[in-house]
Amino acid sequence: MDNQRNRNSVILRVEGLKKYFPIHRGFFQRIAGWVKAVEDVSFEIERGRTLGLVGESGCGKTTVGRLILKLLTPDAGRIIYQGQDITDLSSREMKPIRKEIQIIFQDPYGSLNPRLTVGQTLGEGLQVAGIRSGAPRRERLEKLLQMVGMPPAVVDRYPHEFSGGQRQRIGIARALSVEPSLIICDEPISALDVSIQAQIINLLKDLQDQLGLSYLFISHDLNVVGYLCDHLCVMYKGHIMEYAPTDELFANPAHPYTLALLAAIPDPETPKDPPLTAENQRGTVAEPPAGCSYLAQCPFGEPACREAARTFTKVGPNHFIRCWKVTPSRGADYFSGPGPAA
Amino acid sequence: MTFLTRSDILLAVQDLSVHFRSEDQVARAVEGVSFDVQRQETVCLVGESGCGKTVSALTILGLIPQPPGEIAGGRILFDGRNLLDCREDEMQKIRGNRIAMVFQEPLTSLNPVFTIGDQIAEALETHADLTSAQRVERCVQLLDDVGIPSPRERLADYPHQLSGGQRQRVMIAMALACHPELVIADEPTTALDVTVQAQILRLFRALQQSHAMAVLYITHDLGVVSVIADRVYVMYAGIIVEQGLRAHIFDAARHPYTQDLLEALPTRSKRGRRLYSIPGAVPNPAAKPPGCPFHPRCRYAIPTCGQQPPGMCDYGDGHRARCPVLFDGGPSHWGQETLTGKV
Repeated sequence: MDNQRNRNSVILRVEGLKKYFPIHRGFFQRIAGWVKAVEDVSFEIERGRTLGLVGESGCGKTTVGRLILKLLTPDAGRIIYQGQDITDLSSREMKPIRKEIQIIFQDPYGSLNPRLTVGQTLGEGLQVAGIRSGAPRRERLEKLLQMVGMPPAVVDRYPHEFSGGQRQRIGIARALSVEPSLIICDEPISALDVSIQAQIINLLKDLQDQLGLSYLFISHDLNVVGYLCDHLCVMYKGHIMEYAPTDELFANPAHPYTLALLAAIPDPETPKDPPLTAENQRGTVAEPPAGCSYLAQCPFGEPACREAARTFTKVGPNHFIRCWKVTPSRGADYFSGPGPAA
Repeated sequence: MTFLTRSDILLAVQDLSVHFRSEDQVARAVEGVSFDVQRQETVCLVGESGCGKTVSALTILGLIPQPPGEIAGGRILFDGRNLLDCREDEMQKIRGNRIAMVFQEPLTSLNPVFTIGDQIAEALETHADLTSAQRVERCVQLLDDVGIPSPRERLADYPHQLSGGQRQRVMIAMALACHPELVIADEPTTALDVTVQAQILRLFRALQQSHAMAVLYITHDLGVVSVIADRVYVMYAGIIVEQGLRAHIFDAARHPYTQDLLEALPTRSKRGRRLYSIPGAVPNPAAKPPGCPFHPRCRYAIPTCGQQPPGMCDYGDGHRARCPVLFDGGPSHWGQETLTGKV
């Protein structure tokens, strides 16, 4: 683990990523339409930093993670890992890179093989790293378990013997077993109890400091990404709606959807009654309307939004939104104004 | 227990204990829990999985299967009457009528083979004396109340045709059908997206005021508690560790568990700081530690904590915490029930 802590270099860049899933209908399973899961998604992750991908269920954030891991093939766009375009690599050419990019899953119950002991689960990764047996394997196993805060004695135990938090630690150790540089964390704490969540978040932060890891942190919880991430992408129906450094996003949110999300999230530090207002109904994911995909929900929408190109507007240093209406000055007006809930 | 005659207390759970027996062990899911709900108030029961919050709620409605469940003690006074003494036919007149329940998972709680109109009408058929035309009108009204657009057309829809948020609205409409005095909501927004959750929470607030009902809201999410609760009961391992007004819990928590939970929540203002993490895990209900169940994870624990169950300490204005170590009077309150008497 002799990662250079060159904090400004980009470890992963994705450009114009797109993935549509077909909707099959009828006896012959003909294609009746497309779910536009991911459309024109671009971002960069800096080495040793955490990028948060935040959005509601069905917004395509998990699909983005799977595309980066090449568990899915993108319909368009490039994935560039450490300067190398890995989009079209064959599975044999991908092999050395798979060690570099690992994933931690949401469900600590479904993501561990119940028939393998902890040692066997972690051993699969070590085998890939060329450590097969004997003392080096045992030492490495103990080191991995120690890194995630588990006693070495657990190597011969099975997943069902552990609690959710302990299983998530094993899942993290499995990801670390091949010494990756980038870890995709797909809602790693949302299935855990509140008192356990903090343990896992602290563990992820410690590991990042020790090993110089970069994270893509996928979550629906703005409180968590606001705590953990350096930069944030807010996704809605397959599009990135707003991109900004975390502090900037919370201080000057500009996209109407981000405003709606921020207004919706209960903040335990400022208890307050929810406003007693009606609200817009949500549309479905398949076939969003022409123009801006948030138009159906947007309190600021107007007919021109149907025609407007879905491009990014710069509203601040390193702060972009996919909304043609909001200029930097008007973004501030929106936020101090009645807001989307009114 | 003179305060029980106060007419504004709708539900009073007193010293309730519920155990579950298996062949070789007894899980004490709820042990000596007392709480009350006043008319038109929102009370949150908050705690982690396995703390006994759902078991407490199901016991109120008489929905705990016995065996393996066993109500080991206590009373549940609803409008002055002990529900634990009611016969099944008496409970049926209360359930769905005066006390209604909203469950967590709207898809599994709705019957997939009946239309939502049929399902809302079911409670009305059982409890209300209405003609079928009146029932349809009432269903339309209910769907309108919970904010479902074009409600008359929706009556013939099946649950799979609705989104998750709309299903939860239908569940709430079903609960409201007979003008209940108390709605018990068990994690009704946990399966929903945050913006939909915000809509449902707003809906609960609005309906509670327009229908003048009390809500017992069960959740693990302190964020939700912070927007919806009037009063809060914090549960841990089958007991209530702290209770008070929302401001007591969020601004002046007195129990180490409540304090730790709030400190462990990741929020943006804690950015750059390390989160406090509560060591260890929630104890197994069949093997709880002696004394205070939180003491093995508690940073303030003293040897007495593992020996005696802690008494409730009163901070005034309804704010109580079951931790003598942090009480002004110090550990001299061990084992005694509070200065003001048993809750």
